Amino acid sequence: MSFISILFNEKTKQENAQHAELPTFFVDLNLDQIVDKITEHYPEYELKPFFYFPLSNLDEVLFRQEVFHDLENITLYEHIGYFAERISEVRKYLKLVDKLYYKRQKEIWFLYAVEVYCDAVKKFSENLSEAQMNSRGLRTFQDYLTNYISSSEFKLLTEEIKRLKTGLENVKYRIIIRDNSFTVQNYEPGIDYSEEIEKTFQKFKQGAVKDYLVKYNSVSQDMNHIEAQILDFVAQLNPDVFLKLENFNSSNKDFIDETISVFDREIHFYISYFEHIKKFKSGRLKFCHPVILESSPQGTCKEIFLNEGFDLALAQKLNESGGQIICNDFYLEDKERVIVVTGPNQGGKTTFARMFGQLHYLASLGCPVPGSEAKLFLFDNIFTQFERSEKVENLRGKLEDDLTRIHYILDKATTRSIIIMNEIFNSTTIEDVSFLSAQIMNKILELDLICVWVTFIDELASFDEKTVSMTSRIVPDNPAMRTFKIIRRQADGLAYALAIAEKYKLTYCSIKERIK
Amino acid sequence: MKAFLLFKDRDFDPKQILMQREKKSRAYETDEKLSLKQFLPWNAAALVQDLGLDILFNKMSDGNDFILEAAETVVLSSLTDAETILYRQGILHDCMMHEDVVRNIYQLLLDAIEKEKTSHWWGLFSSPSSILHESIDKLSMFLEMLRKLRSFADENEKIFDSEGFERLFKMLREELSDEYLSSLDEHLQQLKFEHGVLISAELGRGNKGTNYILNKPFEDTRNWFERLMQKELPGYTFHVSPRDEAGSRALYELRNQGLNKVANALAQSSDHVLSFFHALRTELAFYIGCLNLNHHLVEIDEPVCFPKPGKNRNRKMSFTGLYDVNLALSMGKKVISNNLNADDKNLLIITGANTGGKSTFMRSIGIAQLMMQAGMFVPAESFEGEIHESIITHFKREEDTTMSSGKLDEELSRINEIIDRIKPGSMVLLNESFAATNEREGSEIAKQITTALIESGVKVIFVTHQYEFAHGLYGKKMPNAIFLRAERLEDGTRTFRILEGEPLQTSYGVDLYNAIFLHGIPN
Repeated sequence: MSFISILFNEKTKQENAQHAELPTFFVDLNLDQIVDKITEHYPEYELKPFFYFPLSNLDEVLFRQEVFHDLENITLYEHIGYFAERISEVRKYLKLVDKLYYKRQKEIWFLYAVEVYCDAVKKFSENLSEAQMNSRGLRTFQDYLTNYISSSEFKLLTEEIKRLKTGLENVKYRIIIRDNSFTVQNYEPGIDYSEEIEKTFQKFKQGAVKDYLVKYNSVSQDMNHIEAQILDFVAQLNPDVFLKLENFNSSNKDFIDETISVFDREIHFYISYFEHIKKFKSGRLKFCHPVILESSPQGTCKEIFLNEGFDLALAQKLNESGGQIICNDFYLEDKERVIVVTGPNQGGKTTFARMFGQLHYLASLGCPVPGSEAKLFLFDNIFTQFERSEKVENLRGKLEDDLTRIHYILDKATTRSIIIMNEIFNSTTIEDVSFLSAQIMNKILELDLICVWVTFIDELASFDEKTVSMTSRIVPDNPAMRTFKIIRRQADGLAYALAIAEKYKLTYCSIKERIK
Repeated sequence: MKAFLLFKDRDFDPKQILMQREKKSRAYETDEKLSLKQFLPWNAAALVQDLGLDILFNKMSDGNDFILEAAETVVLSSLTDAETILYRQGILHDCMMHEDVVRNIYQLLLDAIEKEKTSHWWGLFSSPSSILHESIDKLSMFLEMLRKLRSFADENEKIFDSEGFERLFKMLREELSDEYLSSLDEHLQQLKFEHGVLISAELGRGNKGTNYILNKPFEDTRNWFERLMQKELPGYTFHVSPRDEAGSRALYELRNQGLNKVANALAQSSDHVLSFFHALRTELAFYIGCLNLNHHLVEIDEPVCFPKPGKNRNRKMSFTGLYDVNLALSMGKKVISNNLNADDKNLLIITGANTGGKSTFMRSIGIAQLMMQAGMFVPAESFEGEIHESIITHFKREEDTTMSSGKLDEELSRINEIIDRIKPGSMVLLNESFAATNEREGSEIAKQITTALIESGVKVIFVTHQYEFAHGLYGKKMPNAIFLRAERLEDGTRTFRILEGEPLQTSYGVDLYNAIFLHGIPN
């Protein structure tokens, strides 16, 4: 097997992914925020299309999971990071070459670029050959690199760089500045006058004194025309080495290998994701490689589960503000398909629904997901229906809007799809809602797909054996406290109210006792 | 080049903290590194408060802050070896004999320091050229001062006879030889680079020049004819067009980069010379302070003498005409003096009438001891005493206003701190300590602490009203203890003389009561 790509095991997928666009459910699930954050520091690699392109078969996902597994080896990960940094330096140098004005300056920076490139590739190849790797992707890439650096072209290139650099480093010269003219001469040894001054006044020294050296910005690569003129003179004094430098430039224009360049871009899919989740791993939050459940021809088993998962977008936000995120679990057994989430406002219901969608999506990218252990379903599509603010230009009413959208979803969804709905049908009477909800529920159950439905209609929670009821947990002593914990429990609108009553001694018994 | 005027073999202020404190005006109050505390013993503040040393320091300084700090620092950081004490005594003696010369030298140093300050224009954006230029100016000024300093040395080497001054003058003559001074002249001339600058360089990153090293001033190798014909130097030459302003600027910058290290070296050299002036001035400042003090004492006809320092723990202490210098200075007239021979004693218990001069007496001993151990003269006709490891005071204090601890608590915590730090061979002055409780308990505490201290090799001087404590010790007839009493005449008059005598049961407080309540406030 020869190397194609570190992200895909076939060429066509790789090509398709280049043009992927933002999936429609991204905004509802806050996946846009997650991907923005992940790719924030890597704009030059144009990673977003990769994150917009979910995989559709198990082998593709496993291909990436293997790479992710390998990258958990810190040494290997650091080697890759180092390689990526070097390649990015190469690009920086090449940009500088474009920007620079004087020919002899361009020439040397081009030499530096090639040097960094060769060093990076060589070092990386050595490092990979020593590393423990099991993924198909990295192993085939390593083979590719080994062949590349043992080619005679590559060897000649590195030797020429070394020769040129030593030649230039050995160039020394003298400048004599008088009034408005300067003379450049061949080097001759002289006495460092500052040392002589130091020696002369040494005897007065009592202790350390201030440093009066003026700092010159050595980072700046700009050269003024006087410096350029001096360099020209120096080149005339040392014609041999400067001619070689010129030839090196013209004969190595396309020195970057296409496959290596693509690898450098694609590997950043993994790096960016790893770097992102690293921020959370330091705490008690966990990430895991989910077991992927692919629909079998029979299409019956949908026993998924998750332990200690969380909403990655919310975790991002809380990480910045210093808040703590609450982890949640779920599972589906046997015939269970629909999770109905009920409970008080601000209890974390929407977050739970988003988390459910996010995790499935991230799993479909081959990425590790938030949670200590997970088994997730490889979907063909995710459909979301979240409450939106009314748009003025939209002529239809809100209810009509909702129904149109749901109709579309139910039309497109297959048994392999996932539907996530959040507080739909808010703009009508309770009787209407109950009726409409029951209708929709029947259709969903018919499709036998996985669904999360956040609602205030308690009846939905006990609709039938395929529905599971989950609700926000309440602390009896302090019912006003938000736990953000969603647990499997019978929907019971009373629990919350009772707890508050207890707190204020307004329960039946309390009132009886108080009225005496 | 070292001044060596306070120690034979080391700088008094190696980090030049006193100089920095002066430069930074009051900024040092918040800067730990510039705090005087690092020089001073841990109990310095207590010493100043208990012995009233502020008066002494103020008179030494004559209103000059720098001398004040120098005096304070030297006096409080006691010497513990006779050799250095005698070394300083010799120098001080020379100063007193040749006051004009010493004050002239001090003034010369002040002038140099002052002139340097006013020519300080280095801003944030100074260039090596301007730094070089400034440095040449400063060093030219310093060179003139060095010549003057040298001539002071030449003129006075034979006249001064202390070891310290002889060394100083010899050093100045040798280090600032005519030859050396004229080589400085030459350097300052060459550093103007009238024939251009010669810089060696290498190719650095990006083929930019680097490692610019200025070579010793360039000598034109062309003969007169070639020069006349304006023959180019070997190599490639470029003339920047007069209209090319950017080019001129760039060339100027390049020249600056070449000059950078030399300018730095020269500016640092200038600082080194300045720091030498500062070091010499810092060490002289203490002696100037002593001269000032002597003037004040001469004015009120009070005597001073050079004390005789004895070996640690030889239990010597005897003096004649000892007076409290602070009291004399603040009253501006001669005060009562005392004589004592307490040789072989390590415990002095002073009792007697209230306001009878007990505390003053004890203070005068403490101050004289400190002055002796600073190498100064002492306020007495004669004074001989052992050198103590440290001098520590434990005086009764005002009531603690923070309400954080009771008074006895406070006293005991202070004595606790003292016990933590004290070494054998020290001297402790206790003034009405442990009186903040009833007599029996206070006496018991006092007795236990005092006994423990003297048995550990500490000399104790204790002013007390505690009869049980004082009399108890008296009864033991210890050969190493001496009991002193403030004199009170039959009619209740205090003479402020301290005489040997058995502790009495009363301190004649009733005299005071009567004076105040029956006869009005005494004059």
